Amino acid sequence: MNTLTFSWNIWNDVLTMWQYDFMRHAFEAGTIIAIVAGVVGYFVVLRKSSFAAHALSHIGFTGAAGAVLIGLTPLFGLLAFTLGGGLLIATLGTRAAERDVQIGTVLAFMLGLGVLFISLYTGYATEAYSLLFGEILGISSSDVLVTAIAGGIIILVSIAIYRPLLFMSLDQAVAEAKGIPVYTLGIIFMLLIATATSISVQVVGVLLIFALMITPAAIAQRIAKRPIVGIGISVSVALLATWLGLFIAFYLPYPVSFFITTTTFMLFLASRFVFKTT
Amino acid sequence: MNSNSIITAANLSGGYKNTPVWSEASFEIAKGEFIVILGPNGAGKTTLFKLLLGLSKPLSGELSVLGQKPSRGNSRIGYVPQSHDIDRDIGIEALEIVKLGLTGTRWGMGFSKTGTKEAIEALRLVHAEELARKSLGSMSGGELQRVFLAQALVSKPDILLLDEPLANLDIRRESNLVHILSDIAKKEQVTVLLIAHNSNPLLSVLDKVLYVANGKMTIGTPESVLNSASLSELYGITIEVLKDSLGRLAIIGIEESGRHDHDHE
Repeated sequence: MNTLTFSWNIWNDVLTMWQYDFMRHAFEAGTIIAIVAGVVGYFVVLRKSSFAAHALSHIGFTGAAGAVLIGLTPLFGLLAFTLGGGLLIATLGTRAAERDVQIGTVLAFMLGLGVLFISLYTGYATEAYSLLFGEILGISSSDVLVTAIAGGIIILVSIAIYRPLLFMSLDQAVAEAKGIPVYTLGIIFMLLIATATSISVQVVGVLLIFALMITPAAIAQRIAKRPIVGIGISVSVALLATWLGLFIAFYLPYPVSFFITTTTFMLFLASRFVFKTT
Repeated sequence: MNSNSIITAANLSGGYKNTPVWSEASFEIAKGEFIVILGPNGAGKTTLFKLLLGLSKPLSGELSVLGQKPSRGNSRIGYVPQSHDIDRDIGIEALEIVKLGLTGTRWGMGFSKTGTKEAIEALRLVHAEELARKSLGSMSGGELQRVFLAQALVSKPDILLLDEPLANLDIRRESNLVHILSDIAKKEQVTVLLIAHNSNPLLSVLDKVLYVANGKMTIGTPESVLNSASLSELYGITIEVLKDSLGRLAIIGIEESGRHDHDHE
């Protein structure tokens, strides 16, 4: 990649970039993931479920490590473990405060298991590294397909449960009295987080998942007066960071995830200093 | 049964996991009445709300709300819980959360305009139309209280259940809210059940007092319930109700009752 130079003719640069399959796949998967993480993240922040999202991505790490160990694609291990973990967390309790201790307990055990899997794995250490920090440039066309299907399902379900989920996120007691099935919706939402986390790990890895799922949503939460606008902002920030990260990393020999996390963090700081809730 | 009655309880007991908090409660509440529910902490005031909302089932006895057994999701009941968990960081404006009182139970995304007119009308009813575009995170406790009241009113309920709406309000805001509520009860013919710690701010507007204590319930006009004889009977110890020159009441002796309960735990 060192022979490539940035020309200031952005359109030409992008076309050059897209001549490479790995860059096209990275842009395709990155775009889907940014949209999904932006949408799901908005509700994660609103429902104060950040710790659950964090835990799920780490539980996914163990699943991915296990999958690699027995010779499967990491994504399937990720999905299996995060979905299982999501169900478990959702049944532990409906309020974030009650759940944190249980989540932490399960999380510690699962990470221990992950360490065992990694030590049993005799292959390359890069596999573990890419799970932890993301390896978007290694995405295959079949990964893109799985990501697109999972992303499509997440968006459709989010649209279907949008208003009840918003209601119970802002006002659980009233929503329950109004007849919203808060327990069932809590489980469905946890499964959405699980799926979204699994596919996002490909881009930013389990350690940096917050860059796409929490930071853009936290910016939106503060700025937007209407939830739908908030989701729009959250998605836009995630998209901007992903595209910019990929673009810069094409020319510089540093990890994509670094540029993504830096972009969202800078935007987060800007939002804190510029906007005041009124 | 009075044909005008909107809530009827007969030999009702409420509680958790087969342990009654109170029992043998029988009362009738008529349309448009303003009822204040009083009693010590843990006496089971919120338990009564849960029964009325269909969130829990009576341990025994009969309860009828609007001519039916209570069930969750009754749009003719508006409910404002005691506390709201609203972050300082939430930019979402009041109008959006009021609208959810009408549209929040519907599936899908809907149109953003749906419910706006009704929400503004509900905000006007609680004298809070100027808060429509204000972020929830930047509101004071009193402002949030009115916004959530508007949310409860947006579906035009027949019954309004308010769990300690006067807590954490200063005297001026308290008196404002009491007058707003009394107007709603009269003009819109809404039956208001309000849980409070202190009946004094409400004495001029309330129709009846429902007093819950010591596992029992008693209901009646403030004069018939809030007197030394009636409260002494309810608590089973000597309670004295004193009245000052403005008609405000001081209830003396309940502290001993609390200590008494504690000793036997």
